[in-house]
Amino acid sequence: MFANALWVMSGTALLGLAAGVLGTFSLLRRRALMGDVLAHATLPGVVLAYMATGTKAAGPLLAGAAATGVLGVLAVLAITRYSRVKEDAAMSIVLTVFFGIGILLLGVAQRMPGGNQSGLDRFLFGQAAAIVPRDVRLIMAVAAALCLLVLLFYKEFKLLAFDRDFGAGLGFPMTALDLLLSLGVVTAVVIGLEAVGVVLMAALLTTPAMAARYWTNRLSAIVPLAGLFGAASGVAGTLASQVGPRMPTGPLIVLAGSVFFLVSLLAGPERGLLVRLFRFMHARARTRPTQHRLQPQARGGDGA
Amino acid sequence: MEPNGRQDDLPVVVRNLTVAYLQVPALTDVSLALPAGKLIGVIGPNGAGKSTLIKAILGLVPRLSGDVQVLGRSPALARRDVGYVPQRVSVDWDFPTDVLDVVMMGRYGYLGLLRRPGARERSLALEALAKVGMADFAHRPISKLSGGQQQRVFLARALAQDARIYFMDEPFAGVDAATERAIIELLVELKDRGRTVVVVHHDLQTVREYFNWLVLLNARVVAAGPAEQVFTPENLGLTYGGRLGYLPFPARASQAARRSPGGD
Repeated sequence: MFANALWVMSGTALLGLAAGVLGTFSLLRRRALMGDVLAHATLPGVVLAYMATGTKAAGPLLAGAAATGVLGVLAVLAITRYSRVKEDAAMSIVLTVFFGIGILLLGVAQRMPGGNQSGLDRFLFGQAAAIVPRDVRLIMAVAAALCLLVLLFYKEFKLLAFDRDFGAGLGFPMTALDLLLSLGVVTAVVIGLEAVGVVLMAALLTTPAMAARYWTNRLSAIVPLAGLFGAASGVAGTLASQVGPRMPTGPLIVLAGSVFFLVSLLAGPERGLLVRLFRFMHARARTRPTQHRLQPQARGGDGA
Repeated sequence: MEPNGRQDDLPVVVRNLTVAYLQVPALTDVSLALPAGKLIGVIGPNGAGKSTLIKAILGLVPRLSGDVQVLGRSPALARRDVGYVPQRVSVDWDFPTDVLDVVMMGRYGYLGLLRRPGARERSLALEALAKVGMADFAHRPISKLSGGQQQRVFLARALAQDARIYFMDEPFAGVDAATERAIIELLVELKDRGRTVVVVHHDLQTVREYFNWLVLLNARVVAAGPAEQVFTPENLGLTYGGRLGYLPFPARASQAARRSPGGD
């Protein structure tokens, strides 16, 4: 049992690492909400795959998840492009519709023979305890591949996130790179579904990167730091979920990530609140002498 | 370099170019031949398609019809020889990176896919930064730059690219007088070294002073040619369609009118 927990923990750590690393780029590309749409839109895919195959093996379920997840993102892009609906409204429509269909299908699936034991509801909030060693191997392999992808295309992804048009002007295939990055995010979301769940998976993409931003101004430092925060959130969340039986891991992992974020928000040396408060006080203290110099004149004016 | 002299004389040739965004035409039947070694101003009212023209020449927006040749090639094949300075506001200046890193992006085209920038790229980027007077700012995070400094960084990035033709989208927008001076001196230097520099510009007061060749644009080309020939009240009236409250004519404008803002 303990060995299994360790095994699962290394899985969620690698998952957090990959999500943090990739999430940095999607956050900088201002696609944070797109990750949320994507994650919620995977639910109908998971359930449909179960209904079609009757198995609860990770392979087919995650393939289904990827399929409807991508469909959801494409729906947002299509609605934004071909109607007058703005992107934020389109995302909200797609997220709720896909998630609604997913919940509906979940209800249907659980009424099917054997459906109650399907354990599909673990995809809502994640259930690390339900992860079997074979799933962990899959998560590890995919997470490693995703980190390698970012390592290889670091320069290109930076260009994409900072100045896409300039990159295109240099002759880089920006559309293909954008697709590659999006594909990476889809993959990260999909491998995270069992551990974190569709509802909260997006947070694991954005929170580590947001926390890392408070510590440094360099992307080359933010990326590994976000990976570290993500991995630590995975470990902490999994550990905490061992406390009780059938504890959902997703919320615990995300809460652990939020703690990192809060600490960073307060104590981060680059733009943390405490540093800014300190700088403000310091600046105010320094400007005081000039005020004193002005005061005699003002007092003189008052006395007259 | 090219065996055909014409391509060197006319590095950019546009024939019957039409571009539309969601059915709204931005450029209609534009034909142009831009000469080499000139400082070329593109002027026209807001929405005249100035940025679109640049992006179409760079191959960044799809064409409905027409043909663009850059250095005798299609825009996609000429990219390494073409430098682009986008509008300063088009990027997120809170992006976590420093000045040197942004300038090094100018060298990415030479590196191609997968290869990392190294010592050579660093020294070229530092050289470019020195040219725009920003050598001391190499390691400053870009979130801590003023508007003028941001523009200089963009310019340094383009210099690092060492292109033959430069396209700049409103490089003078929102910069102080000193930066504007520094930028124009740099553009003149590029021109003197035989580079072609195409600049989207808004301030009619400085047009004659800065540019020796002009494109007057309002969805169509109203006039294009040497500044002294095409910068006339008639052409400006046609370009701005009577929306111009004043005209920078006659000569009194050259000194006196500097106090008033530009044509938009």
